[in-house]
Amino acid sequence: MAKGGEVKLACRRLWKVFGPGAEAFLARHGAAPSAEELRAAGLVVAVADAELAVRAGEIFVIMGLSGSGKSTLVRCLSRLVEPSFGEVFFEGRDLLRMPEREMIDIRRHKMGMVFQHFALLPHLTVLDNVAFPLAIQGVERRRREERAREMIALVGLEGKEYHFPRELSGGQQQRVGIARSLAVGPELWFLDEPFSALDPLIRREMQNEFLRLQAVLEKTIVFITHDFDEAIRLADRIAIMQDGRIVQIGTPEELVLRPATPYVAEFTREAPRHKILTARAIMAPVNGSAEFAGEIPAAMKVIELAPMVVDSDKPFLVVENGEPVGMVDRAAVIAVLVGRR
Amino acid sequence: MASAALPRAHAVGRSYAAPAAVAAAFALSLAFLALPRGTVPAWLLRVPREWVPPLRRWLSAFMDWLVGSASFGLFTFKDLTRAFSALMDWPLWLAKSLLVTGFQLGEGSAAVALTAPVSWLAVILLLTLFAYRLGGRGLAILVFLCFAYLALFGQWESAMVTLSSIVIAVPFGVAGGLALGIWAYRSPRFERALTPLLDVMQTTPVFAYLVPILFLFGFGPVAAMIATIIYAMPPMVRVTILALKQVPEEIKEFGRMVGCSRRQFMWRVLVPTARPALMVGVNQVIMLSLNMVIIASMIGAGGLGYDVLASLRRLDIGAGLEAGLAITLLAIALDRMSQAAAGRSERRRGRQGGASGFDGVMAAALLFALATLWLGLRYPWLARYPEALEISTAPFWDALVRWINVNFFDQLEAFKTTLLVYVLVPVKRFLLAQPWPWVLLLLTLAALRLGGVRLALVVLGFGLFVAFSGFWTKAMITVYLCGLAVIIAALLGIPLGIACGLNARLWRVVEAVIDTLQTLPSFVYLIPVVMLFRVGDFSAMIAVILYAIAPAIRYAAHGVRRVPAHLIEAGRASGCTPRQILLRIRLPLALPEILLGINQTIMLALSMLVITALVGTRDLGQEVYIALTKADVGYGLVAGLSVAAIAMIADRLIGAWAERLRRRFGLQA
Repeated sequence: MAKGGEVKLACRRLWKVFGPGAEAFLARHGAAPSAEELRAAGLVVAVADAELAVRAGEIFVIMGLSGSGKSTLVRCLSRLVEPSFGEVFFEGRDLLRMPEREMIDIRRHKMGMVFQHFALLPHLTVLDNVAFPLAIQGVERRRREERAREMIALVGLEGKEYHFPRELSGGQQQRVGIARSLAVGPELWFLDEPFSALDPLIRREMQNEFLRLQAVLEKTIVFITHDFDEAIRLADRIAIMQDGRIVQIGTPEELVLRPATPYVAEFTREAPRHKILTARAIMAPVNGSAEFAGEIPAAMKVIELAPMVVDSDKPFLVVENGEPVGMVDRAAVIAVLVGRR
Repeated sequence: MASAALPRAHAVGRSYAAPAAVAAAFALSLAFLALPRGTVPAWLLRVPREWVPPLRRWLSAFMDWLVGSASFGLFTFKDLTRAFSALMDWPLWLAKSLLVTGFQLGEGSAAVALTAPVSWLAVILLLTLFAYRLGGRGLAILVFLCFAYLALFGQWESAMVTLSSIVIAVPFGVAGGLALGIWAYRSPRFERALTPLLDVMQTTPVFAYLVPILFLFGFGPVAAMIATIIYAMPPMVRVTILALKQVPEEIKEFGRMVGCSRRQFMWRVLVPTARPALMVGVNQVIMLSLNMVIIASMIGAGGLGYDVLASLRRLDIGAGLEAGLAITLLAIALDRMSQAAAGRSERRRGRQGGASGFDGVMAAALLFALATLWLGLRYPWLARYPEALEISTAPFWDALVRWINVNFFDQLEAFKTTLLVYVLVPVKRFLLAQPWPWVLLLLTLAALRLGGVRLALVVLGFGLFVAFSGFWTKAMITVYLCGLAVIIAALLGIPLGIACGLNARLWRVVEAVIDTLQTLPSFVYLIPVVMLFRVGDFSAMIAVILYAIAPAIRYAAHGVRRVPAHLIEAGRASGCTPRQILLRIRLPLALPEILLGINQTIMLALSMLVITALVGTRDLGQEVYIALTKADVGYGLVAGLSVAAIAMIADRLIGAWAERLRRRFGLQA
């Protein structure tokens, strides 16, 4: 499941601490102050000692409740907020040591961002909004409008080019936001709770739309959400944050099977396991004498294999790279479906 | 959350120490009044002259030096002000030539007219079309009627003099305010330096800086216009800073994320996003300019303001009323047009051109206007509205006033005398009996309790300035007039505001009325008051009340309406009667807002008070006015700054109080 591209974006020992003299304080404590020391200094921690690596082409979701520091973390990664300590590597170069000019250049050409409340410019039409990032770069009008029209078509808003943002519904506005962030053809795409301000039905529709786009575009994506269901629906890997710290990073399946802390377990308890677990996770060792109804790949999700397995009296053989690795029978599938594991 | 935010009624009355202290202080103050004359040493009632630092003389000497001998090496300060005057004079000359005099060759009586002014007919036509473009048929009719009045009632020429000042002053005010606001937004340090300066500028009565401007730029329209710009700019600065700060954080992040340069960020992201809010500032600049242009007529702006002033001095009520109404209509027309322009950016703009037919009409009207420059020379009725067609209602108003004064003299006089004898005079005596160290002590203690040591020091500083300015007695008279006016305005305005807050239909009516009242230049309020009560403290007070009551009503209504709905529901759910909901939930929660309204009322009252000096009060306003007539820079500035100090003491104390209440209720500003 996890995609094996090279590392696109990474951070190490990243801290963001609010309060006077935060940088000096962190340097003094070797970037490992205790909670008591922080409290005594009157500082507020937003991100503590974050470490992560996002691979090219993957959807990396940062999940946390409000106040967990996920928004600050993503702003540190894009350097919208200046971190107090640590390193951020984009394509192997440390963003924090980069002069402002180069940073502007990277933002113009390699990064895109979608915002929770859309952040559309109220005085521009849909077309001008989508073309805006190109206009800032000085692309001439004909070329940028042509590109903007392509993007508008990509998100399915043809015919709305000359509307103003306030004339659109929330879902449509966010489509504009998405089109705009894609207009420069970014390699790294930040989405900060892009669907949180939308109604549940529209949210679901937008999630599907997002997966469809990603299937075509294959961007490297950092996606922020407070909704665990959204995270497991979209993510290749998830980082769970609590009180400014990343408590676990893993695929949805890993989180469900081996939650690192009770806090993570709390989230995964209600998770729809049949959509997360694969044959590999529920298979039993092959018992030599058994007869098999057929073969299924190890990466197949329970929800996909369940109809076949439940209808059959015999177990199925689980195959990975042509080799049998285990077997799945009716009882194992039913145990997942009724929530016994 | 809801229950936690409910005001804790018991907390207010938790201790009787504070009310007891207030009562004790009041009793002591009364005792000062009761003491026989001469018991309190004179040096306690007013700071002796020997103690007053010669601040006025220093200021005057500084101005003399500035004008007389200050030099920047290559050029003197006087050259600088001259150059500046010349720079301002040119656009003003252009506007006046177009609207009032026509272009002329030569000076004075030897002048040869090259063109007529743009015809009144063309101006009305153009403005009406423009209004139609901005706000549709309703606005067009309004603007047409307003300007038709100006022509019909013989106010055209004066109105055009006023209009040409506005047309030039407003762009300068807006551009300057925007520039300073942007600078302050970018540099917090500059903002910190600018904010107190803006406070002083907005609370110093305009007359006070008329004097130095008179000194630097001489008597005349340019000086008047510079005063106007200085007066009208501070709100634009504030609005700009606020509007830029209020741009949503996400939009700012977006701007940085797409890699805007500093200039692109400001002009392509921030300013356009903040445009609707900025337009509010533009509207303020227009209204304040109009207000000031009238005051500025005292230093030679001419126009409608001069007409009002002259007729007030002659007690020619009818003529004053007509000129006053002309100002009012001009103000209303400009106000509505600028508001429509602000609202237009909010609404949908014409998609692709759209109104090209209309553009043709506009172009034709413009051509017609240009043509009248020459046609006016041949047909005088085009250049000037024919005098034979003018109407005047002045005789009617004069007759009406005479009739009222003949038939209701006793009633009016009785009303006036009763208030004077039983309210005004006792309060005045009470205040004048207070020793200045005692007053300063009370103020400082109040500040200490409301806002802590820092506030106490600030208040003490302002208080000492007033005491040692040498104007203590006049300052107390100012406090008495202004205080009484504010109390009466609050007693009338707050209940009305609360009623409006509870009754939406009433609010719509009242809002329309106070919106109109607030567009009236302060001068206009003097006219009916002088009509009925002649000159003196009493007339001044009534005018101040009329001018200053609007914020008391507005803020009270706003405060009562803005109480969060879930708190009202919580009250209803726990079985409150409507009365209990009003008294226990709405009013306590609206209190901070109501206080801010009173604060605004005080500010307006102080600014109006200076203008009432024209109708013969004996307070600081009069001192400033005297300084103006004598062109005594130091005298006028010190008196003016004393008024500003009083205003800022009131502002800081009430602000701290409102903030305290707000924090206690857990409400956000």
